[in-house]
Amino acid sequence: MSGNEAIARGAYEAGVRVGTAYPGTPSTEILENLRTYPGVNVEWSVNEKVAVEVASGASFSGARAIVAMKHVGLNVAADPLMTLAYTGVGGGMVVVTADDPGMHSSQNEQDNRFFARFAGIPMFEPGDSDEARRLTRAAFDLSERFDTPVLLRVTTRISHSKGIVNLEEPETRPGAQRIPLSPPKYVMLPSFARQRAVVKLERLSGLRRETEKWVFSEKGTGDGKTGVITSGVCYHYVREVAPDLDILRPVMTYPFPDESVKQFAKTHEKILVIEELDTYLTDQVRALGMEVQDLGSWWKLGELDPDRVAKMLGKPVCEIPVTEGWPAAAPVMCPGCPHRSTFAVLKELGVEATGDIGCYTLGALPPLNAMHTCVNMGGGVSHAFGIEKAHGPSASETTVAVIGDSTFLHSGITSLLDIVYNGGTTTTIILDNSTTAMTGRQHHPGTGFRLDGTPAPAVDLETLCRALGVNDIHTIGAYNLDLLRRTIKEALARREPSVIIVKTPCVLLKREHKMPYRIDRDICSDCGSCTDLGCPAICEGDDGKYIDPVLCVGCDLCRQVCELEAIQVIEKAL
Amino acid sequence: MNIEKTQSILFAGLGGQGILVASGITALAAFHAGYDVKQSEVHGMAQRGGSVSSQIRFGKKVHSPLIPQGTVDILVAVHPRESARNRSQVRPGGVIIDPSIPNAEEELKNKWGNLYLLGVLSHYLPFSPEAWHSAIRSVVPQKYLEVNMMAFARGTDRIL
Repeated sequence: MSGNEAIARGAYEAGVRVGTAYPGTPSTEILENLRTYPGVNVEWSVNEKVAVEVASGASFSGARAIVAMKHVGLNVAADPLMTLAYTGVGGGMVVVTADDPGMHSSQNEQDNRFFARFAGIPMFEPGDSDEARRLTRAAFDLSERFDTPVLLRVTTRISHSKGIVNLEEPETRPGAQRIPLSPPKYVMLPSFARQRAVVKLERLSGLRRETEKWVFSEKGTGDGKTGVITSGVCYHYVREVAPDLDILRPVMTYPFPDESVKQFAKTHEKILVIEELDTYLTDQVRALGMEVQDLGSWWKLGELDPDRVAKMLGKPVCEIPVTEGWPAAAPVMCPGCPHRSTFAVLKELGVEATGDIGCYTLGALPPLNAMHTCVNMGGGVSHAFGIEKAHGPSASETTVAVIGDSTFLHSGITSLLDIVYNGGTTTTIILDNSTTAMTGRQHHPGTGFRLDGTPAPAVDLETLCRALGVNDIHTIGAYNLDLLRRTIKEALARREPSVIIVKTPCVLLKREHKMPYRIDRDICSDCGSCTDLGCPAICEGDDGKYIDPVLCVGCDLCRQVCELEAIQVIEKAL
Repeated sequence: MNIEKTQSILFAGLGGQGILVASGITALAAFHAGYDVKQSEVHGMAQRGGSVSSQIRFGKKVHSPLIPQGTVDILVAVHPRESARNRSQVRPGGVIIDPSIPNAEEELKNKWGNLYLLGVLSHYLPFSPEAWHSAIRSVVPQKYLEVNMMAFARGTDRIL
């Protein structure tokens, strides 16, 4: 099982009743797997904040609930999380944060362990799949024993590594009884919240005793002089490259097990702390007055691995030079991707596109080079308006916001409302490919289906934008470059907020391929117009450019950009 | 093969070439054969046609899911570019199974070419045919099982 599958299994074994999430790599598969177990009500929530709120409602009323998200999702959900530390829970509540050291598929590599300390809620850090299952299950018990949400913090390497998992029978829990909601516990008016702040402090002192029970200590084969304090997957790297060293491994890393660490530090001459991303553990060991060997800061960038850990520990490392001339193939938009045409037109028009998070972020890369900002979910729409506010309405003629359908529903709606409310004229392009594509094609409120596959009412984007107060709305297909060009130009010129919905399903959804195209080598002048589209189906061969008929899905864009008409459907050419 | 020591296999290819299927089958075969096994891969953005790799480590007790540099025992590469890119990770005396081995280029024109490479791989690993077959059956959809089994068999039949 992968770590994500194991978390789902652990939640099932704990008798979880409600599971919520917004898809986000590397956390997505937790809910996708949880839905396969009986008795769990799962949903793709509209965003992470809503996901935490729905899960906490379930918990307040007495049911066990789990909510999963990627690290940056917890920023969106931070508002409810911070105060849930005051209210506590009814049924056990577990919040999973999947961090992404190395930014395999993220915009930053924030270390969410600090959230546990910030909010004042206990945190477990599993080191592999089997531990992910066990700790998920244990987190529900802990949550109920201490009346607190529990943070389960994993990383990409835990979520997406597979290992052997020992299964246990699910708990036989009586159908969750509905608990009446107690206002002093759940209405966080200042007068009640002050009382709950006291509860929170008392709870933390109890958890400080509890955390000492969640520490593993291992003797190495060496002289016992050097001790390593580590957690999560890093423990396995240390064990791999340094079987000689003694290890102290806290599993509950908030609250920090002060007593165990003091004891460990006292009995070792030298203490090293091995952790990924930030000095979360290191700071706490140092706060106890213990000396920790300084490892510099080079290790804070990117993901750790056995070799980097060996270097941190001063062990010999096998240095392999990167094979020159063979860089890793970069991700690209798929052949026939409906996002390609919009960026081709934006590039041609020379406008700046403030963008967002999804497959279409690839529009920023060569050869399209047509996205100019991407910071957070929903941010692009507000960026464009910020530029207009700073430089006047004429700036909105050279700026356009680009956002995907799932991202728009996640947190773009409020940004568009802000433009309308504050008298902006910015144009927003919604790239509606009818799915949450980048994370593996999950449903959202616009697709007409739920996580469990049942049909759902599909929100109509045109009606939604109209209700926000946008009057100039155009819905067009993605594969007609002339129409796209004309529509975007007109919208940019108009002195009112415009929305263009470019609506064509993701090519991976239907996989209905039309006849592939070919390049007539007798006509082609190798001008490069077609390769400027960045389509992986258009290849450079020994005799010039050609179209790989296996990859080509017949989207027709390359034919439209070829001025010499050298590109034709294979069928017609024969 | 020294089974006291953890063995490391690196699978490499491009998105959509069946790397994750091939490594999934191998990990499961190792499990069926009674070993501790860990498999590591990265999803998400890396899948959009980019380089994809998957690492498998098996033995009595496996710690790191990641292979230390330069210690790959066997490299299975489904694309010549990815074979070239990753071969420096193979330890001296290690094995490379890639499109340059006999028949591989022809086999890899099919979607199940990765199973041919697995058949070849099976010669180097201490897993029984039953362990392999049940792993393939659990991973490959019923619809494509026969063609995949046949490709695997052609790989195992190859005289080394």
